[in-house]
Amino acid sequence: MPEAVPPAPAAILAAMPITLTINGRERRLSVEPWVTLLDLLREREDLTGTKKGCDHGQCGACTVLVDGRRINSCLKLAVSLDGASITTIEGLADGSRLDPLQQAFMDHDAFQCGYCTPGQICSAKGLLNENQAPTRQEVQELMSGNLCRCGAYTNIVDAIMEVLEARGEARAASAEAAR
Amino acid sequence: MNPFSFTRPTTVPDALRAVVRPGGRFLAGGTNLIDLMKENVERPSALVDINRLGLDAIEDLPGGGLRLGALATNADTARDARVAKRYPLLASAILAGASPQLRNAATNGGNLNQRTRCYYFYDNTTACNKRNPGTGCGAIGGVNRIHAILGASASCIATHPSDMCVALAVLNATIRVTGPQGEREIPFGEYHRLPGDTPQRDNTLHPGELVTAIDLPAEDFSAHHTYLKLRDRLSYAFALVSVAVALRMEGDRIAEARIALGGVAHKPWRVPDAEQALAGQPASAESFARAADLLLRGAQGQGHNDFKIGLAHRAIRRALRQAAAGTPQSQTDKRVA
Repeated sequence: MPEAVPPAPAAILAAMPITLTINGRERRLSVEPWVTLLDLLREREDLTGTKKGCDHGQCGACTVLVDGRRINSCLKLAVSLDGASITTIEGLADGSRLDPLQQAFMDHDAFQCGYCTPGQICSAKGLLNENQAPTRQEVQELMSGNLCRCGAYTNIVDAIMEVLEARGEARAASAEAAR
Repeated sequence: MNPFSFTRPTTVPDALRAVVRPGGRFLAGGTNLIDLMKENVERPSALVDINRLGLDAIEDLPGGGLRLGALATNADTARDARVAKRYPLLASAILAGASPQLRNAATNGGNLNQRTRCYYFYDNTTACNKRNPGTGCGAIGGVNRIHAILGASASCIATHPSDMCVALAVLNATIRVTGPQGEREIPFGEYHRLPGDTPQRDNTLHPGELVTAIDLPAEDFSAHHTYLKLRDRLSYAFALVSVAVALRMEGDRIAEARIALGGVAHKPWRVPDAEQALAGQPASAESFARAADLLLRGAQGQGHNDFKIGLAHRAIRRALRQAAAGTPQSQTDKRVA
């Protein structure tokens, strides 16, 4: 592919004003177009709970919620989200009271090194919002976008199933045959 | 990532005007384009964000079809009650692809226009006629386990990576586009193209054209269909071979058959002879094997991917059995249905 014609300098140097609600706080920001949501959160907002794993949408460590839906923040330009509401791992607890998923991950020992954990928990939060995974097998399939190289998968699914059961939303695997 | 300018128009005419500058590209979900920009494979000088054009609706069409907005996400499309009920093959294929996070961001138009995942295309230090025309093909004679067995050329053996598109091919979808020369419709089979000696062109869009919607005809294959995807692990991997089948049955006989293969060519692969050979035939191991023979006529391995020919033959026969029996492959329970 031939080298693209470079745009006029004025066009590329301009940071753009955007407004994001991050963990409930409205933030007015000036952001260059090529800054990803992940880099904005970590480098400018000092929210380093969201992790940079592969930076290519393959590992899920950067998963956050945008308007309640889980996405890979490494593949989203911050400027394209103007007006959106972002929830990161730092925004899940209510003061000192942990989100039920955070508590369940601790109770079930659902991590070893912890690097993938913020993405796992945000992904699980999105999974609960989607209301599509009442069985263990469905939870496994719909958490496949989050890799854990320590191999804590079994306990991660246990933790999520406990929260689903507490909400009265879990279903036994035997019901899957009817689907 | 190279610097670029960014605009966010709110009307289609404004978007078409904004993209005409040299190096201009539309940005939808970004799950493929942003990744390729990080790899310096795509180097747009101007991004035109099309997420606020109002093209994200899913609407009933007169006569019973369904219009999928180009900017509707893959997740919203697969979970749409009308898609799930009337086009379960499409819902199944979408849910077989990527991860929930990616499906929440990726759009229908972006799914059509995603680039190959050929390792050489992604690696700027290697030869690739698709990325840099005229430099050669690193995959031919290189590492080519994931590459094409059908429709390849001496210039390119890349595959189209989509699952969704394999179902759209079978459903005879129509792509609606608009551009500087106005609106037009492209039959799905004419949208993607074979590499020939111009592999840099993935599809038949003209410069500056924008996909606005995907129209699905009213035909109902919900009783006899399947999407079978075979890959190196059970979830979250691209297909080595996939098969979409839709059948219209009359008793034990096949009245109409449609079959498309994914993961094996530069576009979803359909063979009219194979489909016609099944029409009027009983659903039997013999008729399925004959169809598989015809679908794979001319298949050629590149060395590491030779296994795909046998794998595809078995996958076609299994998918036809599943569709005829009305037992489509679950995308959650990966056991043989």
